[in-house]
Amino acid sequence: MWDWSAFFGYLHNEYLWLGAWTTIWLTAASMSIGLVLGLIAALMKVSRQPIFTMPASFYIWLMRGTPVLVQLIIIYTGLPQFGIRLDVVQSALLGLGLNEGAYLAEIIRAGILSVPKGQFEAARAVGMTPATTMRVVVLPQAFRVIIPPLGNEFNGLLKTTTLASVISMEELLRRAQLIIQIDFHVLEAFVATAVFYLIMTTLWGLVQARLEAHFGKSVAGVAARSKRGASAAAVAAISALDPIEVDMLDRGAR
Amino acid sequence: MVEASGIHKYFGDLHVLRGISLKVRRGEVVVVIGPSGGGKSTFLRTLNHLEKIDKGTIRVCGRLVGYRERGDQLVELHEAEVAKHRRDVGMVFQSFNLFSHMTAIDNVTSGPIHVLRQKPAQAREDGRRLLTLVGLSDKADAFPAELSGGQQQRVAIARALAIKPKLLLFDEPTSALDPEMVKEVLDVMLELSREGMTMVVVSHEMGFARAAADRMVFIDQGQIVEEAKPGEFFDAPKSDRTRLFLSRIL
Repeated sequence: MWDWSAFFGYLHNEYLWLGAWTTIWLTAASMSIGLVLGLIAALMKVSRQPIFTMPASFYIWLMRGTPVLVQLIIIYTGLPQFGIRLDVVQSALLGLGLNEGAYLAEIIRAGILSVPKGQFEAARAVGMTPATTMRVVVLPQAFRVIIPPLGNEFNGLLKTTTLASVISMEELLRRAQLIIQIDFHVLEAFVATAVFYLIMTTLWGLVQARLEAHFGKSVAGVAARSKRGASAAAVAAISALDPIEVDMLDRGAR
Repeated sequence: MVEASGIHKYFGDLHVLRGISLKVRRGEVVVVIGPSGGGKSTFLRTLNHLEKIDKGTIRVCGRLVGYRERGDQLVELHEAEVAKHRRDVGMVFQSFNLFSHMTAIDNVTSGPIHVLRQKPAQAREDGRRLLTLVGLSDKADAFPAELSGGQQQRVAIARALAIKPKLLLFDEPTSALDPEMVKEVLDVMLELSREGMTMVVVSHEMGFARAAADRMVFIDQGQIVEEAKPGEFFDAPKSDRTRLFLSRIL
């Protein structure tokens, strides 16, 4: 029997709101860690020098090839056997950050590959070093194409944080699981939890739309827009691919 | 200014440059013509090490391009080191390659600010002067997507000039332009040649060649088939292959 007052009670529950806040900052923090790791890994893979590409490819392969839940459990309950004792929050941040970094690396790399070769050549011709070329010419253009898949990843990460509940982190889902032990309105609690997530992802969707509009500004004209559309579609497709498939595409493009 | 000697290059098994040697003096304008796939663009791109070479040496302003001498061995330079030498050589591309996320003035100042480490204010002042030189002072804040092909290419020329190069390379600068816009770009190039800029131009624009070239070079199948002053080259070509090629394009 559905209890509306219990349901609305959960929607107003401060304990759950704080859990939602945990979800938000955990997502933001893991995403930030992932962006840093992902950018470094992407640049390493793009460098074409084995001393850089091999560790980067290994990291991406390992993190994308194993379930993030298993990674979280290994970090929280497995590492102590080697004397590395991380608390729940540290484990969650490390696990989610490392995992997200691998996916972001492929997205960022696809974005870099989508920048036309002529841009690289023009930058080199004007005397820019590889580092300056990346910073001034390539990454700003890659950024525009990366934003939609990045926004997508943030959306996914908002929900993936629920896995931290397994290592007993008190984010929203875990709090929902705890609160029903006092209250027993199981269905209402979890539907309310789902609504919380829906609100968070929807709000993020609005932010993402603003970001996409803002960064698309210097692109005027139909021709430019359709070129961007093609690049964006390519990046979206590539980011869903396996790293091995992206490598084959990459080699084909050269 | 430029001394290329015995240049060989392979793309895999394809022997694309088969022993090209060319000297270009300061202030000279050399126009390179030839059939598609003959190697002329590839050769041009070896001059600023956008293409590596497999044999031979290239010197620009007395300095080896892309390599360093260690005893009697040639050691390839890192990209960052090559970048430094590229400041002496400007390049204009067939597809313009303007930085699409920057305005015209930002494109022009990208070299001075990020490579020469000039102060932005000074760089912008010089940049505006260059844009005026190419007739685009009113388009300084336009993005490449808002400019016509001819305008984009003129901005690209201004960008190449901004780093004050000693040598300018042009890789078929007007081949991607609508016919009405070709003249505006060639006029800028003509003006540059009259001011004494050293230029190596790969182009099919024979009118420009006749007006501006000090020397014509015909490259086919990876080799220089004929080299001569424009008058001799067009009116009395020595090689049959040159004659054949000219008959097809004139």
